Amino acid sequence: MGSLNNLTEHLETYVDVSRSPTHHAESLKAIAASLEKGVLSLNQLVVEMDMYLTTTDDVVRARGILLLAEILNHLKSKPLDNAVVHSLIAFFTSKLVIWRSLRGALTGCLALIKRKGVAGVVTATDAEAVAKSMAQNVQVQSFALHDRKLCFELWECLVEQYPEAMINLGNLIVFATCEAIDGEKDPPCLMVAFHVVELLARLFPSPSGPVASEASDLFEFISCYFPLHYTHTKGDEASIPREDLSRGLSLAISSTPFFEPYAIPLLLEKLSSSLPVAKVDSLKCLKDCAVKYGVNRMKKHYEGLWSALKDALYSSPGRDLSFGLEFLTSPGFEMDEIHREAADLLQRLVKQDISFLGLVVDDIRVNMVFDTISRYSRYEEMPDTSKLEVLVVSQILSVSARASVDSCNIIFQTFFFRLMNTLGIVEETSTGDLVHKENSTVSTRLYHGGLHLCIELLTASKDLIPSSKESSSTPGSAQQSWSSIVNRFSVSLIGAFTSALQSSNDDCSADAYLGVKGLLAMGMFRGGSSPISRSEFEKILTTLTSIITAKSAKTVKWELALKALVCTGSFIDQYHESEKALSYMGIVVENLVSLVRSSQCSLPYPLILEATSEVCSTRPKYVEKMVEGFEEAFCSSFSDFYVNGNFKSIENCSHLLECVTNKLLPRVTEIDGLEKSLVHFAISMWNQIESSVVFSYDFNGREFVEAAMKTMGQIVGVALVDSQNSIIQKAYNVISSSTLPAMESIPLTFAALEGLQRDLSTRDELTLSLFASVIIGASPKASIPDVKPLIKLLMVSLLKGYIPAAQALGSMVNKLGTGSGGTCSLEEACDIIFYESFASGNDISSDDSSKSKCGSETLLSKICLGFYGSLDLQTRAITGLAWIGKGLLMRGDGRVNEIALVLMECLKSTSGSGNALHPSAMKHAADAFLILMSDSGECLNRKFHAVIRPLYKQRFFSITVPILESLIVNSQTPLSRTMLHVALAHIVSNVPVTVILDNTKKLLPVILEGLSVLSVDAVDKETLFSLLLVLSGTLTDIKGKQSVSDNAHRIIECLVKLTSYPHLMVVRETAIQCLATLLELPHGRIYPFRREVLQAVTKALDDPKRRVREEAIKCRQAW
Amino acid sequence: MNSLICLRLRLPPALLSLSLIELKSFCGRKKMVNGLINENPIVYEIKHRRDVRADSSSNTNELSVDAIDHLEVFDHIRDIKDPEHPYSLEQLKVLTEDSVEVDDSKSHVRVTFTPTVEHCSMATIIGLCVRVKLMRSLPRRYKIDIRVAPGTHATEAAVNKQLNDKERVAAALENPNLVEMVDECLSSSFE
Repeated sequence: MGSLNNLTEHLETYVDVSRSPTHHAESLKAIAASLEKGVLSLNQLVVEMDMYLTTTDDVVRARGILLLAEILNHLKSKPLDNAVVHSLIAFFTSKLVIWRSLRGALTGCLALIKRKGVAGVVTATDAEAVAKSMAQNVQVQSFALHDRKLCFELWECLVEQYPEAMINLGNLIVFATCEAIDGEKDPPCLMVAFHVVELLARLFPSPSGPVASEASDLFEFISCYFPLHYTHTKGDEASIPREDLSRGLSLAISSTPFFEPYAIPLLLEKLSSSLPVAKVDSLKCLKDCAVKYGVNRMKKHYEGLWSALKDALYSSPGRDLSFGLEFLTSPGFEMDEIHREAADLLQRLVKQDISFLGLVVDDIRVNMVFDTISRYSRYEEMPDTSKLEVLVVSQILSVSARASVDSCNIIFQTFFFRLMNTLGIVEETSTGDLVHKENSTVSTRLYHGGLHLCIELLTASKDLIPSSKESSSTPGSAQQSWSSIVNRFSVSLIGAFTSALQSSNDDCSADAYLGVKGLLAMGMFRGGSSPISRSEFEKILTTLTSIITAKSAKTVKWELALKALVCTGSFIDQYHESEKALSYMGIVVENLVSLVRSSQCSLPYPLILEATSEVCSTRPKYVEKMVEGFEEAFCSSFSDFYVNGNFKSIENCSHLLECVTNKLLPRVTEIDGLEKSLVHFAISMWNQIESSVVFSYDFNGREFVEAAMKTMGQIVGVALVDSQNSIIQKAYNVISSSTLPAMESIPLTFAALEGLQRDLSTRDELTLSLFASVIIGASPKASIPDVKPLIKLLMVSLLKGYIPAAQALGSMVNKLGTGSGGTCSLEEACDIIFYESFASGNDISSDDSSKSKCGSETLLSKICLGFYGSLDLQTRAITGLAWIGKGLLMRGDGRVNEIALVLMECLKSTSGSGNALHPSAMKHAADAFLILMSDSGECLNRKFHAVIRPLYKQRFFSITVPILESLIVNSQTPLSRTMLHVALAHIVSNVPVTVILDNTKKLLPVILEGLSVLSVDAVDKETLFSLLLVLSGTLTDIKGKQSVSDNAHRIIECLVKLTSYPHLMVVRETAIQCLATLLELPHGRIYPFRREVLQAVTKALDDPKRRVREEAIKCRQAW
Repeated sequence: MNSLICLRLRLPPALLSLSLIELKSFCGRKKMVNGLINENPIVYEIKHRRDVRADSSSNTNELSVDAIDHLEVFDHIRDIKDPEHPYSLEQLKVLTEDSVEVDDSKSHVRVTFTPTVEHCSMATIIGLCVRVKLMRSLPRRYKIDIRVAPGTHATEAAVNKQLNDKERVAAALENPNLVEMVDECLSSSFE
C-alpha cells in the first residue's frame, strides 16, 4: 500500500508542470525502478494512471501520456506481454492524431518499436498502423524541434525494423517522407532524415517501385541542401558537426541509382563553383556516387567528369616542388583538400572502369607535357605554368597508374617509351622504330621534369607489386607488362639517376634530390618478381654508399643519400626481403662498419658514426654487427693511443662512446640482444684497460673519461643483474690487479694523507672513475665482492677529491644489504666509513680535542669540522659526506640525521671547540644541502636502480628546518647567517610545493628574510631565484592566502627590493610578476603600498631587459 | 572644508577657462556627429609579433642591454583600439612599424600616425590614447612627441599643437568622460 501512496505522489509530481525538471526526472526514475523490480506491474500502473490518461484537461493528459511513454522507454529490456504491447501501441497510435499529446504519443511509439529481442514486440500490422497514422495525421514541419526529431526517428525505426510492413504502404510512405523533409533546417533532424532517405532507397530497389517513380521529387528535396552551409556556426555545441551531416547527405544522394540523372549534373555544376567547401563536398559525393551508381550509369558523364577533374587539379594554386629531406618518401609537394579529393576520385573512376583511362591517355594537355619537359632542362628555369603542368600531369598519370595493374600497363605502354625518348634513353631511328640504347648513358638528357615524371610513375607502379605471399598464388606475371618495360630500361634508368646524382654540385639540390629519389624508387620494388635484378639493386646501394663515404663534409647530397639508405633498410626489414637484406648487409652495413673500424677515411669520424648508427638501426641484425664493429674500433683506437700516443684515436674513442650512449642505449628495450652485445662491449672496455698496463703518454682526456664513465654507467644501468655481476667481477679483477689497492695500505694518518704527494696516474684515474660508474649503475641485487676494502679505497679517493668516488660510496650505502649476496652489511659499511678507516694509523679517537659537542663522535665528522688536516681535506670530506648522506637519506636510514647535524655544525660561525670555520668550508656545507635534496642526473636515481623511499624529502624537511630556523635566530656572524639561509633555501626550494603550502605561516617570514639576505651577494643568485619561485608558489595558492595577507607589508617590501636586483634578470621579472599577483589580496590590505609599488615598477620600466619592461608595464597597469 | 574652498578659489580663472575649452574640443565630436566618421574602414592584416621570450642572446647573457627600439614602442601602441571600431590601430594602418622613431640615448620618441580619413575628428582622441599609453609604458626620462602624418589631416597643425601641449593634455585627462574613453581604448593593449 505504501508503494501505491508513493506512486500517487510521484505521479502528481510528474504531472505538475510547475515542478522543476529534476523533480520530474526523479519521480520518473522511481516509478521505472519499482516497475523494473516487479513491485509494481504495468497493469497496476495503467489502472492507477487512468485518471491522468483520460482527463479532459489537455495539459495533464499530455503529461500523463508522456509519463507512460517515458516509463516504457526505461523498460526497453523488460519482457512484456504481447497483448499489453498491442494495446499500448494502439493507444499511442490513436493519440498521434491529437497534437497536444503528440510528444507522449511519439515517445511511446518509439519506445515500443525500438524493443527488439525481448518478449513483447510490436507486430508488423501494428507498425503498419502506426506508419499510416503518422503519414496521414502528423504534419511534421508544424512542430517544434524536439518533436520533429522524434518524428524522424520514428520513421527511421519503422523503415529499419519493419521493412515488409513499409513495402505494403508503398507510395504513401515516400510521399510522407518528402513532405516531412520539405523545409527542415535543423542539423539533428536532417541527419536522421537523410538516413531515412537512404533506407527508403534500399527498401525499394526495383525500377518500378515508388522511389524510382518519385526520384525526381525526392531528390529535389534533399539536393537543395547541397552543398551544406551552416548559417549559425556558434552557439550550438551539441549540434552535429558539418562533416558528419555532409557525409549523411552524400550517402543519401548516392543511395539509389535513380538519382543519377539529377545528381551528377548538379554535382558537376557545384564543382565549378568558386567555394572551396562546395568543391570538396561535390568531389566526395561524386566518389560515393561513382561506387553506387555503377559503371553503366556513370559512363555518359565521363567527358564532363574528366574536364571537371582536370579543372580541379589544375586550379589549386601555388604548388611547387620542394627538394627538402622530408619529401624524399612523399609526393614532394603540398596538396590541399580539393586536390586530394580530386586525385582520389580519379583513381576510383579508373579503378572502376578502365575505359575512363582512354580520356586521360588521349588528353591533349597530358600529351603536351613531353614538349614542356624537353624545353627546360632545369626545374628552376621553368616558368610557373610549366611547373604546374608537369606536376599535375605527373600526378594524374601516377594516380591512374596506381589504380590497377591494367591501368598501369596502359600508362606504361603509352607514355614510358616517349618518356624514355625524351630522356634520351631510347632513340628513334630513321625507320621510325624505337631503339633502346643500352650503353649510351652519356647522351642521357637530364630533364628535371622528365626525371620527376619518371619517379612518380615508378613509385606508383611499385605499390602494385603484390606482396610475396599473393604473388606465389597468382601466376599472372605475364599480364604485368609494365614490369617488363621497367626491366628493359632499368640499367639505363639507374644510369640516368646516378649521373644526375653525380653531376650535381652542392649549391643545386634539385639534381641530387631527383637522383636520390629515383634510385630510392628503383630500389624499393619488392618481391621476387621485381623488375630490378639483384645486381642492379646492389648497384644502387653501391652508388648511395659511395656518396656517403666519398664526401668529406655534411652536405645536402650526403644527407639525402643517407636518408635514402635508411628508407631502403627499413623497407627491407618491413617486407622481410631476405635476399635484399643480404645485399644490404654486404654492401652498406659492412662497408660503413669497416670504415668505423679503420677510421682512415676522408670523412670526419663523427659523420661516419652518424651514418653507421642511422643505417644500422633499421634492423636488429645490423645493430649487432655495428656493436661488434664499434667494439673492435674502440679496442684498436684505444690501443693505438696507449701504444703510439695517437691523440686523434682517443678523440675518436670519445666520439664512439658518445654515439653508443646517445644512439644505442635508448633503444635497448626495442632491440632484442642489444643488451647482451652492449655488456660484451663493456667487458671488452675493461679488457682493454687491463691490457694497457702503463700509459706511455700523459693525456688530459677529461672528455674521454667522462664519455667512458657515462657509457659504462648507463650500460650497467640497463643490463640485467647477471650481466651486471659479470661486469662488476671483471671490473673488480682489473682494479685489484692495478696499483690502486696500494692506497688501501697507505697509512691512514692524516699526516700521511696530507703528505700523499703522488697523484693518481692517468690510468688509475680512468680505472677508478670507470669503477665508480659501475658501482653507481649497479642494481641493489647485484653482488659486489670485497666490499670492505673497496669502501676503504673509495674513502681514500674521496678524500683525495674524486667526486665519482663519493657518488659511488653514496650509491653503495644506498643499496647495501638489500641484496642477497652482500658480504658486508650496512652497519659494517657505515662503521668503516665513519670510524674505522682512519683508526689504523693513529689513535685519534682518543685525542681529547675530539670531545666536541656535536652529537655523534664520528671521525669523518671531525674532519668536516676541521679538527684535522687542511682546508682542502675538510671541503672534500664535506662534499663526500653529502653524497653518502644522500644515499642514506634516500633509503630512509636514520644516520642521515647525524650527518645533517654535522653539516649544520659546520654552518655555525664557530665550531664546537671554538675554532672558526673557514668561509669556503661553510659554503661547501651549505651546498651539501643542495646535493642532499636535489635530484641528481649522475647517480642515485631510478635509472641507476637507487633505493628510494617515498616522501624522503618531506621527512628530511621536517627534521632539519626547525633546527635551521633556530640556528638562524641564534647565528652570531653575518656570514654564518647567510650560509644558513643558503642551506635553508636549498631545502625549501627542493621540497614539493604542497609541503611548503602546509607550513606557509611558519615559513614565510624565514623565506622573506632569506630573500633579503641572499640578495646581498651575486654568488647566490641561482639559490635566490629558486627561493623566489617558492614564494611565488605560495602567493598563488589558496592555502597560503591568509599568511600572505598577514605578511603583505613584508612581502611587498621584499619584492620591491628585488625588482632592482642587478644580477639576474629572471629574478626581477618574477618579482614583478609576484607583485602583480598580490593584487588578488583584499583591496584594503594592499592599497597602502600602492605608491611604493608604483614607484618601484616605474623604475623597472627603464630596465635594461625587454622582458622585465614588458612585465613592468602590465604590473603598473594592474596596480 | 575651508581650505578646500580656498583652493578652489585660488585656481587661476585662465586655467579654468582653458580646461573648459579643452573639454569642448576633445569631446566635441560626440555631440556634433551622429553617425560614424568613417563608417567602413579598410582592415589590414597585422604583422607578425616579435617574441620577446625567444630572444636567446638576451636570455643567456645577463649583462647585455636590450635598448628600447621602435619595434618595442610599436608593440606598446599597436593594440590600442580605435575609438569607433573594434579594430586595433595597427589593423587600420593608423600606425605602422615605420611610424615610430626612437632615440634611446637621447630619450626621445616620436610617433607619427595617419588618420583613416582627412577630416577625422577622432585624430585628437587617437593621439591622446597613444600619448597616455606611452606615458604609462616608457620610462620617465622619455620625451614623447606625437603628430599627425603631414598632409593626412585637415587641421593638422591644430591637432599637433593640441597633442603636444603638456597642459592641454593634462587638462584633458582631468575629464572623467575622456579618461574613461581613453582607458577603454587602451584596455586591449595591456594584455
